[in-house]
Amino acid sequence: MDPNTTSRRTFLGLVGGGALAAGLAACGSSGPTTTPGSTTAAGGAGGGATYWFLTGQPQQAIREAQVKRFNDANPDTKIKTTQFQNDAFKQKIKTAIGAGQGPTLIWGWGGGGLKAYVEAGQVEDLTDWFNKEQADLKDSIFPSAFTAATVNGKLYAVPGETVTPIVLFYDKRAFDKIGAQPPQSWGDIMDLVPKFNEKGIAPFSLGGQSRWTNMMWLEFLFDRIGGAEVFQNIFDGKKDGWSDPSAIKALEEMQKLIKANGFVKGFSSITADSNADQALLYTGKAAMMLHGAWTYGNMKASGGDFVTGGHMGYMNFPPVDGGKGDPSDTVGNPGQYMSISAKATDAEKETAKKFIANNTLDDATVEAWVKSGNIPVVKSAKDKLSSITDKNDSAWLNFVYDTAANAKNFAQSWDQALSPTQAETLLDNIAKLFQLSISPQQFATNMNAVIGQ
Amino acid sequence: MTSAAPPVPPGTVSKPASGVGRSGPVAWMVLPALLLFIVFGVVPLVGVLVLSFTRWDGLGAIHAAGLSNWTSVLRDPQLPHSILVTFEIMILSWVVQTPMSLLLGTFLAGRQRYRAFLAVLYFIPLLLSSAAIAITYKALLDPNFGLGPGLKLDFLTQDWLGRSDLAIAVVIFIVSWQFIPFHSLIYQGGVRQIPTTMYEAASIDGAGRIRQFFSITVPQLKYTIITSSTLMVVGSLTFFDLIFVLTAGGPGDATRVLALDMYQRGFMSNRMGPASVIAALIVLLGLALALLLRRLGGSTTASQQEGA
Repeated sequence: MDPNTTSRRTFLGLVGGGALAAGLAACGSSGPTTTPGSTTAAGGAGGGATYWFLTGQPQQAIREAQVKRFNDANPDTKIKTTQFQNDAFKQKIKTAIGAGQGPTLIWGWGGGGLKAYVEAGQVEDLTDWFNKEQADLKDSIFPSAFTAATVNGKLYAVPGETVTPIVLFYDKRAFDKIGAQPPQSWGDIMDLVPKFNEKGIAPFSLGGQSRWTNMMWLEFLFDRIGGAEVFQNIFDGKKDGWSDPSAIKALEEMQKLIKANGFVKGFSSITADSNADQALLYTGKAAMMLHGAWTYGNMKASGGDFVTGGHMGYMNFPPVDGGKGDPSDTVGNPGQYMSISAKATDAEKETAKKFIANNTLDDATVEAWVKSGNIPVVKSAKDKLSSITDKNDSAWLNFVYDTAANAKNFAQSWDQALSPTQAETLLDNIAKLFQLSISPQQFATNMNAVIGQ
Repeated sequence: MTSAAPPVPPGTVSKPASGVGRSGPVAWMVLPALLLFIVFGVVPLVGVLVLSFTRWDGLGAIHAAGLSNWTSVLRDPQLPHSILVTFEIMILSWVVQTPMSLLLGTFLAGRQRYRAFLAVLYFIPLLLSSAAIAITYKALLDPNFGLGPGLKLDFLTQDWLGRSDLAIAVVIFIVSWQFIPFHSLIYQGGVRQIPTTMYEAASIDGAGRIRQFFSITVPQLKYTIITSSTLMVVGSLTFFDLIFVLTAGGPGDATRVLALDMYQRGFMSNRMGPASVIAALIVLLGLALALLLRRLGGSTTASQQEGA
């Protein structure tokens, strides 16, 4: 989508979008930055490779440094990068790959998106190469990160970057104001809601317009009430998986919290991309927030003394009384993933493999991730933690590491785990569920209709 | 007419070229535009039609799907809702924009200096991109950090984009804010075309300003109104960027217009077939509406200025 044209001008573009999705996408992205040279996989002469990834700090700088190290060491087979913003990237890479114009190295979140690439024959099977030639690298990575990279028992992507569980953040000052303790159970949460509302503090911040933000609540409630197998059944395509009694109970509890004014006023018009939901927490307007570990860096940078003054608290999602789930379970992103295009030449594939093997989880990268307040997907991250001098950072990183390492089950975010078709229907229905415009039963019926698609 | 008539230089032909031989060079000049139209207009249109009969996830092979996309989309309860929202926004934004643009255009058609200045000022919203407008309004309307809470004005502190009725109202307001300048400009041009003799005659007959407006200006602007309305109506079928950035179709599906529905089916849930069906429906709707409006304006497009 080109934001610079008027809506009338986009008419033909939109109509054509359906037909020439791939062709037109080439002229319709929002201004990616490209290193000089060709950006198409087919266009790369010699053994160079192309690599597309996301902008946004601190991740962007770390990725750029990886490529620079590789290019300095391999002047004959350089990697050319193109960088995109998150949403632009998701659309662009899909259409580009569909048109055979994708990059050699495909950055992604694994799960359902990766499965779609595999079924279309667009990505290399890396099972043998990785298991045999890269056994050391494989052993160094958290085992939980591999689930989302595996399709039909074969490995199509290499886990990389960071492990980011969803965490319940809270403002210690808000709890002092009402003289209460952080919630130890779902019952505590429901009890806290009226107390915070009375004091004019919203119990929970939520960027509801982004939809996946709402989804994080369901992910935990499903797990805590019914255990990990409830979503596993849905993921496996079991018929009527969404009508599981535990699932219905979780959806009902969710609507109870919404009806009790558990969320900040106007939550359904707040987006997560603008970080307004985080701002509500660190400005004291909301007491708690369920969000990804990736928000730590921004809250530290933008939140005044919220983090540095020790006002921020965090915990794993509490258990639900009588629930079957293991309270150590967590959800979120077990890692980010890199695949290699099946359409690339052999020389390009070699370059890409070399880059993955030598530069994506090397010592310099691991150190850079830890310094930026993230836990990389390798076990050796633990050793780096002792070198962190800031006590807030150190406590946070240890918490994230332990949450990820101790989780009995680290489920991938639903919208990443499911196929794009199911994910879109899911997000759509979650938005309606949070609007209270559909009941839990209607939600289950709508979702059952797309199971396995 | 003799055969020795002097050659007529091109561009000053007084009669429409009717001879076969004479249309030659003119047809050649049309070629580049025609080519562009075929490549970017006709080919995608045909492509959409073809795709609407296939099953494709945008990545793998394309399979024929027969009529299944059409039957499933036409039976989908989401479709009537999207059409309803589209028409709601179309009609309400027409109702808001037309009188405002007409009045503003008439006002700006005067010759005073300050009006030229105002015309430039009013025109500014049109120069901004829809995405920028959407982001700005989103920030201003934020129930926690926006204009209302910032200025401590309670009536401005609403859940503007989080309540269905308010969200639609906000979309219509912003659309009008953005496009009224454009339509005012059209009306301004139209009003300036009206011979001043008509107004002079009316003043002599004792007609006041309001009477002149309704008896001369509005009837004389008939074709301008049709043109402007056609642009509004057909253009509103393609509202996408503004709504996409502002509400993403939400809350729930309260502002999911057809174009957004198409995008979500095609590019978010990877179903190009059903998305193409919606695209084809948008084309059909647009054509039908444009034809309807032409009918309303009478079948002739000849200027009414002659012999006024």
